[in-house]
Amino acid sequence: MTIYLDNAATTAVDPRVLKAMQPYFSKHFGNASSLHGFGQRARAALEDAREKVAALIDSKPEEIIFTSGGTESNNLAIKGLAWAHPNKKHIIISAIEHHAVMEPCEWLRKHGYDITVLPVDSYGLVDPKAVERAIRPDTLMVSIMHANNEIGTIEPIERIGAICRAKDVFFHTDAVQSFGKIPIDVDAMHIDLLSASSHKIHGPKGVGCLYVRKGISLVPLAHGGGHERGLRSGTENVAGIVGFGEAAAIAKKEMAADAKRLTALRDRLIKETLKIQDSWLNGHPRQRLPGNANFGFRYIEGEALVLQLDMHGIAVSTGSACSSKSLEPSHVLLALGLRHEEAHGSLRVSLGKFNTRADIDALLKVLPQTVERLREISPFKRKYK
Amino acid sequence: MTHIYTKKVLAHFKHPHNMGRIAKPDGVGRVGNPKCGDVMWLYLKIGKNKQGKEIIKDVKFETFGCVAAIATSSMITDLVKGKTIEYALGVTKEKIVKGLGGLPPIKIHCSLLATDALHEAIYNYLKKQGLRVPAQLAKTHERIVKETKVAERIGEHLGEHLH
Ligand SMILES: Cc1ncc(COP(=O)(O)O)c(C=O)c1O
Ligand code: FES
Repeated sequence: MTIYLDNAATTAVDPRVLKAMQPYFSKHFGNASSLHGFGQRARAALEDAREKVAALIDSKPEEIIFTSGGTESNNLAIKGLAWAHPNKKHIIISAIEHHAVMEPCEWLRKHGYDITVLPVDSYGLVDPKAVERAIRPDTLMVSIMHANNEIGTIEPIERIGAICRAKDVFFHTDAVQSFGKIPIDVDAMHIDLLSASSHKIHGPKGVGCLYVRKGISLVPLAHGGGHERGLRSGTENVAGIVGFGEAAAIAKKEMAADAKRLTALRDRLIKETLKIQDSWLNGHPRQRLPGNANFGFRYIEGEALVLQLDMHGIAVSTGSACSSKSLEPSHVLLALGLRHEEAHGSLRVSLGKFNTRADIDALLKVLPQTVERLREISPFKRKYK
Repeated sequence: MTHIYTKKVLAHFKHPHNMGRIAKPDGVGRVGNPKCGDVMWLYLKIGKNKQGKEIIKDVKFETFGCVAAIATSSMITDLVKGKTIEYALGVTKEKIVKGLGGLPPIKIHCSLLATDALHEAIYNYLKKQGLRVPAQLAKTHERIVKETKVAERIGEHLGEHLH
């Protein structure tokens, strides 16, 4: 038996989503640009999905641009906005943004842009006042994520959005982790651009969207047939988009109940796990995603912990250096002020709607002994025992 | 299922050989990996074989590190236990990696931790006994001391508490 507790990485497609997608492969396979019945059927499905996605963030359907996922949406938001407004060359982001925000900004930096990277506090929170202070006359945009993928901390984006609006600066938020998990209202939160992804909400992979507030101009990443209001050329992935729409519709209906149930499971997991000696919680104790728990364990290394748990049939993840491509620990954990070796022993458990109390119990049953076992191998245990 | 690690790596990781410490060791090697901050300690008990040559009678390790670091630690103890010091000094990281059926490219450096710990433990033994240290080993020692300082800077706060 395997227990999947890595829902921040990706999620299982909901059977209802799969069922909704099925007819759009071989039966209603038309190109949404075609004038005939096949095409019009596909077009209708596309627009239906657009409405469902829009409904989840209280936007207008025509403000939703379908993309290939969160990474593309972030790139389109950041580079597309920069190219469309070449007179302003300063961008503000936080130190805990996903690589899909960091790297487009790094690329722009190489092309003459000035990027301000705001620090976060020990819980991973961005200070809205620091955003305000960082804004300059040449500031084009602020991009601060709604919720962090590693530590689950939810940022005060409503306040940040209000500041941006008052200062006449564009506000983009990477909402890949929060979309469909907690309420989002693009008007109330003063959001100009928002990235979301289907595979984090039990939809298929390779689909996502960028919300673009009406009146904002972007330069597309790909030029071609002018699909998606000219912002994303290429024949639409109709089946994928239908799945995304269905996943969004389900999330709208079930979000509140899921969030309540998962928060209770999460808090139980946190309470029990912190009974392990020399462990701590990364991220904010309350202002965090319902399904996210991120722990630190002293004297051990995360990759070894993840693999041990995998051998017990439990799938989780880590921000440890040893599991990364660069041998650098997670930039998110370091930004919290954790030392190198503290970031080393991190464990992320991310719950999804298909997880049950039994899953948490199974993890809690093996976690203490697994941590203990690895500590037995570690030379540091004695020092502080 | 294909895994980034070979079956042999996983087997050593799951049940590491010669894990732990030796109470009154004849030599100890304490090294840190400057790349990732991982740490390995290796303990030796030295004896003599019938020909009167010094051999590694017992060896144990403690490792704070990734899956590859733990597996290579376990592997090197297998490779040198009961062998002469001369032989042990000739065990390369390539030999360890080969014995494990390979490592992912980014994890090759982890195996250096194991050979370094062994070399340091032997150096420590020879010095303590006032025996001659081969020139090559002395050079290795100098490099390791430098690198371990970097790793220790990374790891020096282990045990302090957060929040
Ligand atoms: C916060 C955040 N942004 C962006 C992405 C990238 O999304 P996608 O995998 O759809 O490209 C992810 C997921 O990996 C994420 O967690
Ligand atoms: S020893 Fe650190 S990554 Fe392997």
